[in-house]
Amino acid sequence: MTRRVQIFFGILFTLSPCATNAQHSKGLLSIGFNHYVDSVKLKLDTAIYKNEFGQTYNISNFKYYISNIELISETGKIVYLKEYFLINEDIETSKKVILSSIPKGKYTSIRFMIGVDSLHNCKGAQSGALDPVNAMFWTWNTGYIFMKLEGKSSASTATGKTIEYHIGGYKEPANCIRTVTLNFDSPLTITLKQTSDIQIRVNAAEVLKTPTAIDFSKLPTVNDSKNATLIADNYIDMFSIGK
Amino acid sequence: MNKKGTIVLLITLSIFLISFIRKLDNSFSKKDVELKIPKGFPKPNYDFSENPLSPGKFELGRKLFYDPILSKDSSTSCESCHQRVAAFAHIDHALSHGIDSKIGTRNVPAIQNMIWRDTYMWDGGVNNLEIQPLNPITSPIEMNETLPNIILKLKANKGYSALFKKIYKDTVINSERILKSLAQFTGLMISANSRYDKYKAGKDTFSIQEKNGLVLFKAKCSSCHKEPLFTDNSYRNNGILPDTSLNDIGRGKITNLETDNYKFKVPSLRNIEMTFPYMHDGRYKKLKEVLNHYSSSNHNATTDAEIKKIGELNDRERKDIIAFLLTLTDKEFLSDKRFTDPNRK
Repeated sequence: MTRRVQIFFGILFTLSPCATNAQHSKGLLSIGFNHYVDSVKLKLDTAIYKNEFGQTYNISNFKYYISNIELISETGKIVYLKEYFLINEDIETSKKVILSSIPKGKYTSIRFMIGVDSLHNCKGAQSGALDPVNAMFWTWNTGYIFMKLEGKSSASTATGKTIEYHIGGYKEPANCIRTVTLNFDSPLTITLKQTSDIQIRVNAAEVLKTPTAIDFSKLPTVNDSKNATLIADNYIDMFSIGK
Repeated sequence: MNKKGTIVLLITLSIFLISFIRKLDNSFSKKDVELKIPKGFPKPNYDFSENPLSPGKFELGRKLFYDPILSKDSSTSCESCHQRVAAFAHIDHALSHGIDSKIGTRNVPAIQNMIWRDTYMWDGGVNNLEIQPLNPITSPIEMNETLPNIILKLKANKGYSALFKKIYKDTVINSERILKSLAQFTGLMISANSRYDKYKAGKDTFSIQEKNGLVLFKAKCSSCHKEPLFTDNSYRNNGILPDTSLNDIGRGKITNLETDNYKFKVPSLRNIEMTFPYMHDGRYKKLKEVLNHYSSSNHNATTDAEIKKIGELNDRERKDIIAFLLTLTDKEFLSDKRFTDPNRK
């Protein structure tokens, strides 16, 4: 081998280790979650809203898990991102998530799970978003709470006029794992140069309506598998593309 | 002494010194924390490959298990109710005792052969060994503490912060590390060296009464208390009438199925001599009473079919079965030094 060829190979190996190569063909995506109650921005504690029955209520806590995110490309290829995020209205930073290692290209839709898959419900002690310190975990009947909506309503028949919907459960017949697919208005482009951005609008009022309108005097709380799927079927349509 | 001799002597001395310090330090060896599956036992349900056993983590688990720091007022440790001499059940206590002298609703179960269980608690509400401690820790009538508080207390404690640093080489103390170390300690509590096990292996003999008891046991009890774990991990209604002051519906609370009401997990019978009182609410103090219950014919409609099949047992048969049950006491497990309180020498 001539010295020139040796140098050539040397440079080649230095410049292209696998990791660098992989990073170079992949981009970043930022997803913003914007919380609303119907047409107005969600404001914890102080704002008063009305449900389908005209009963007034406020919201003091609104949080939920997003996991198993998939991006579907123009050619139908699916990019799967094994990540878990706890979106919490009260924590500003939680409402913007950054996904990395997305292959460059054009994507037409996004699909994600509201909640935590059964495997991770059975996995024992975990950290990060799935740490039980986040208070989204049932200890007496193991499992993650997928969505929490709490507040008060004068119409509530529960102690302290509370309204409280803690929804979770990964086992049939009370399986509350729901998957949402959102189509982009125009294809989302992932480039290597800059972070792409999508905004998702989340209407918390949907927890309490369509298909089942919740009457606070009849169902002020849901804390276990009873009626849980009813609420999960309600909130499945709370997501849409938009700011 | 020549130079070589001095070096050899110094090395010997330091090895001796190091092993002596290790003993003082309560440290465990790799061999201490090896998982040995007893002969004839099935593959465990709990998978240590996701929580690799290490002497340091086991030691941390033991320290936490015996430390009341896990309770709100530092009054109650895991060991307060799970005592080593009773195969980690609570000897002579029908219902669990917690913080501020509060009384629970169920009998403290033994901790043994946990890695072969598929669920935990009398109602099977917990699906992973690592998660189980969260129940007694956060229960207002047991330890009444929160995870964030425990993490704060451990961070402020010099002994713990040093131990976590020694194990993980960083300063992070989180719930995953706490719970996984506890799972290493309780997961290695394996009882498989009773006289029954030795008899099975041809290393011990049974009296005629014990042999008769084993034959009867196989015919009358082993469909639920399946060998070698002496449980089939199922939930059953054993026919004892519900205590109306507790109104505990057991498994039904977990599944919301009426057909599961008043069913409880079939407990293992290993070390049963030490785990009295018996049943999920600890209503029977003596094995004799348990046998009386199972051999009676006045069961109710929801009593498990296997129990209805037992039929009347005569006095001799009951005594024989009890004689056999006493062979399930595992003295090696009950006196295993690895599971002793690190604060008591």
